[in-house]
Amino acid sequence: MSAEHSNLEHAEQHETMSKSQIWKVFFILLGVTVVEFIFALAIPDSIIPQHFKNFAYIILTLVKAFYIVAFFMHLKFEKYTMIVGVTLSFIFIIYFIILMLTEGNYLHQHMNV
Amino acid sequence: MDTIAKLDEVKTSPWAGGRSPFQVEYGKLMMWFFLLSDAFTFSAFLIYYGAQRFSKMTWPDPDKVFQSIPGITDTGAPLVFVGIMTFILIASSVTMVLAVEAGHRNSKKEVIWWMVATIIGGFMFLGCQALEWSHLHHEGFWWGAIPGPEVLKELGADTVSAHQFANLFFTITGFHGFHVFTGVLINVIILFMTMAGVFEKRGHYLMIEKVGLYWHFVDLVWVFVFTFFYLV
Repeated sequence: MSAEHSNLEHAEQHETMSKSQIWKVFFILLGVTVVEFIFALAIPDSIIPQHFKNFAYIILTLVKAFYIVAFFMHLKFEKYTMIVGVTLSFIFIIYFIILMLTEGNYLHQHMNV
Repeated sequence: MDTIAKLDEVKTSPWAGGRSPFQVEYGKLMMWFFLLSDAFTFSAFLIYYGAQRFSKMTWPDPDKVFQSIPGITDTGAPLVFVGIMTFILIASSVTMVLAVEAGHRNSKKEVIWWMVATIIGGFMFLGCQALEWSHLHHEGFWWGAIPGPEVLKELGADTVSAHQFANLFFTITGFHGFHVFTGVLINVIILFMTMAGVFEKRGHYLMIEKVGLYWHFVDLVWVFVFTFFYLV
């Protein structure tokens, strides 16, 4: 009950993002994108192999997605139930990714023949 | 406390009834519903793209396909143009949040200014995408069409993978571009409504927030398209 209450107060406090916070998120997004470009253009594949780079790209993309959804789309400041309701739905996407990668792998092996 | 007293006690937890557990305004909640379903559509597209790419023996090298900056150079500038596009979209996302922020302060003038900036950003992005599409089209890529064998060899692709790449590229960036286009359209409508003083009379600028959600979603999708088409 008390945790619930403080949560509510917390949400009301952050009803809006200040201008400085907005610009901070902008520079984080920009910075992450610049890092991705450095990976893609400045570092040859011989130093960091392509599949490690791909792994880094996906992690960095998820970081950017978090900042956009949490701050720009304001989800971080919504009620806990709202946050869980939205994010939990993506379990289906994870399952779909696993399914399709299995499918792709199967096709790949049979193209080799 | 006996059982009867317990029954009479008023429950105040979020799910006890009597109030909205989400505490989100109706229209905003519906926008979230829509965005969630749209996110599933885009995920399906991108995961299919991933599975196709994973299954093929070769794939066109993005560093070699996307080398032009329309109007400046045709070759030798890998990923520069898409970098500009990404920057434009992120910047227009920021101007949108600033419009929402101005809306919270009921500052009509600032909302108008930031909405105009957002719309300009949206048009710039669409223009860039049109240029990139026409460039690839001149190279020979289109739905069901691929360049000749020497070009494919240079890109490190074969006819099977190049066909898949062309179809998926135009379908997915086209679907995203269509979202940007509708986003700009909605932004223009909202801008006119703001200028007409509709939200001023209503006393709040919640509509800016709802439209903003859609606009940020478009940016969010681009972040993923950018990674999987241009970087990976």
